[in-house]
Amino acid sequence: MAKTLAQKVWDAHIVRQAQGEPDLLYIDLHLLHEVTSPQAFDGLRLAGRPVRRPDLTIATEDHNVPTTPGPIVDPVSRTQIETLRKNCAEFGVRLHPLGDEEQGIVHVIGPQLGLTQPGMTVVCGDSHTSTHGAFGALAFGIGTSEVEHVLATQTLPLRPFKTMAVNVRGTLPEGVSAKDLILALITQIGTGGGQGYVIEYRGEAIEALSMESRMTICNMSIEAGARAGMIAPDETTFEYLRDKAHAPEDFEAAVAYWRTLPTDKDARFDTEVDIDARSLTPFVTWGTNPGQGAPLGASVPDPQSFDTDSARVAAQRALEYMGLQAGTPLRDISVDTVFLGSCTNGRIEDLRTAAQVLDGRKVAQGVRMMVVPGSVRVRLQAEAEGLDKVFTDAGADWRQAGCSMCLGMNPDTLQPGERAASTSNRNFEGRQGKGGRTHLVSPLVAAATAVVGRLASPADLV
Amino acid sequence: MDKFTTHTGTGIPLRRSNVDTDQIIPAVYLKRVTRSGFEDGLFAAWRSDPDFVLNDEAYANATILVAGPEFGTGSSREHAVWALQNYGFKVVISPRFADIFRGNSLKGGLLTVQLDTAVVEELWKAIEADPSTSITVDVVNRQVRFGDTTTEFELDDYTRWRLLEGLDDIGLTLRHGDSIDEFEKSRPSWAPRTIVA
Ligand code: SF4
Repeated sequence: MAKTLAQKVWDAHIVRQAQGEPDLLYIDLHLLHEVTSPQAFDGLRLAGRPVRRPDLTIATEDHNVPTTPGPIVDPVSRTQIETLRKNCAEFGVRLHPLGDEEQGIVHVIGPQLGLTQPGMTVVCGDSHTSTHGAFGALAFGIGTSEVEHVLATQTLPLRPFKTMAVNVRGTLPEGVSAKDLILALITQIGTGGGQGYVIEYRGEAIEALSMESRMTICNMSIEAGARAGMIAPDETTFEYLRDKAHAPEDFEAAVAYWRTLPTDKDARFDTEVDIDARSLTPFVTWGTNPGQGAPLGASVPDPQSFDTDSARVAAQRALEYMGLQAGTPLRDISVDTVFLGSCTNGRIEDLRTAAQVLDGRKVAQGVRMMVVPGSVRVRLQAEAEGLDKVFTDAGADWRQAGCSMCLGMNPDTLQPGERAASTSNRNFEGRQGKGGRTHLVSPLVAAATAVVGRLASPADLV
Repeated sequence: MDKFTTHTGTGIPLRRSNVDTDQIIPAVYLKRVTRSGFEDGLFAAWRSDPDFVLNDEAYANATILVAGPEFGTGSSREHAVWALQNYGFKVVISPRFADIFRGNSLKGGLLTVQLDTAVVEELWKAIEADPSTSITVDVVNRQVRFGDTTTEFELDDYTRWRLLEGLDDIGLTLRHGDSIDEFEKSRPSWAPRTIVA
């Protein structure tokens, strides 16, 4: 029977199937961080259970680590970090703590180490685990009790997901990035549009993307409500993996298997969505969920222009929270802060594109720009390329690796009423600090916005 | 986890859609390393408003949260479920839940019930008119009953059985340890390991 990529990966991991029960699925890689793991380890300890496969498990410190040098001041954050260290030591789990060369955001370090590979099942107690789907892995976020379940059994009982194809026609125009594409898609299908589905992104525009851009796309699948996002592995994937620390020793055998994974020609998806890459322009959000977005050239929409009551009410509420007037051109919105980082856009390519825009320019008066690399390796690489100099010369703040202002669990937060252009993935109320207002943007838009002081794209700079 | 057969209590109307997990429990509360005590963070931002419905004395003892569509979107934090449970909720009713939240809740014994928008509207009206309206959520018959209304909800057989028996996941899976051992033998030798011997 013809199968989709997602079905192939699923079927290859079924440990046990029984009528009326969820499938028991084997998990190839389990990523841990300090926030969603303590209660899971606590549960194991209470039940006297070991970690079944420490060798398929890896932990890092990312969500609430400070991004300035020095100790963790906040006692609660410190407790979480210390708890993770204690748990990893006790249960034999490999940990990359603060100060380690491999430390970083969990979804940045997995791919970077080559631990994320095509055809794998990857889980983490974090919804943006969908990032790893860029490799053709079935990767999804789980809750803490599932974290405990995977630690104890290396499996998860799961019901099959439905499959959705997102067909991206044509190629992206110059100056339009993966972030613009995914933001436009979420606005098109809505924050519930992918509910229950694993999305497979397909088409010319997707195939042309680098691994890092593919990760940006898959990362935000969850913001469309999807369980996971996937992209078929191809030469780009194999080349990315070839020299990674954990690349298979028998690389050719692995590649031979990986080549069998892409969706069969006559396989059927439960649903399909089309989007035309050629029509896209830089895209930003104006509201308080990632589906409330518009092209940068547009204006803040009139809440009355939406089709349903709940969309109208949501838009109204969003405009109030965001302090915006319908009809205001998005380019007229000035920002206080620009945040470049996160597991969506905190990788080396993101920093490179932003640095290109900032090179020889200055961050606007009164705007603070924070650049937070996704991992220590990204930071070191950027420094080797001199990107840190470009950022600091422009007046931006060059920080240590971590999640930082993406969720504002560490001291990097917005003040009430403060407005940010952010390359992260969530513009929820208070996400980046209580009362903070977030516009989701691409790294290119973030850099141009920093220079202009208002939402802008690099095209506005010439 | 406790057995869940049927629950009778009163409801509280939360007339909001897209209640994401950052609203249910803001990130600053996630720093704890225990499993309890999260009730103080439940809807923390909204509760600072005296007019917010959770601050209304009339609903102080409610155990059933009746919310708008897309409840539980956003981050996968299970703390959202704990916060609702720690606060005293046994059931959340909404026209639609985010998948991860729904999965988390049912595993943790917090019953999430999807009802049609029209029924939710009717329920809101009933509990707004009379906060002491008694609501029964019946897992045995997969029904919600209030006033003269009886409505069915969907709950797959397996989840229902687990709720009724109060069974935890890990224990269930560990009964199939042999199948896991067997599966592991078939994994490709090049599959990556985090710890290389
Ligand atoms: S960068 Fe943001 S979205 Fe990504 S793992 Fe960290 S907190 Fe989550």
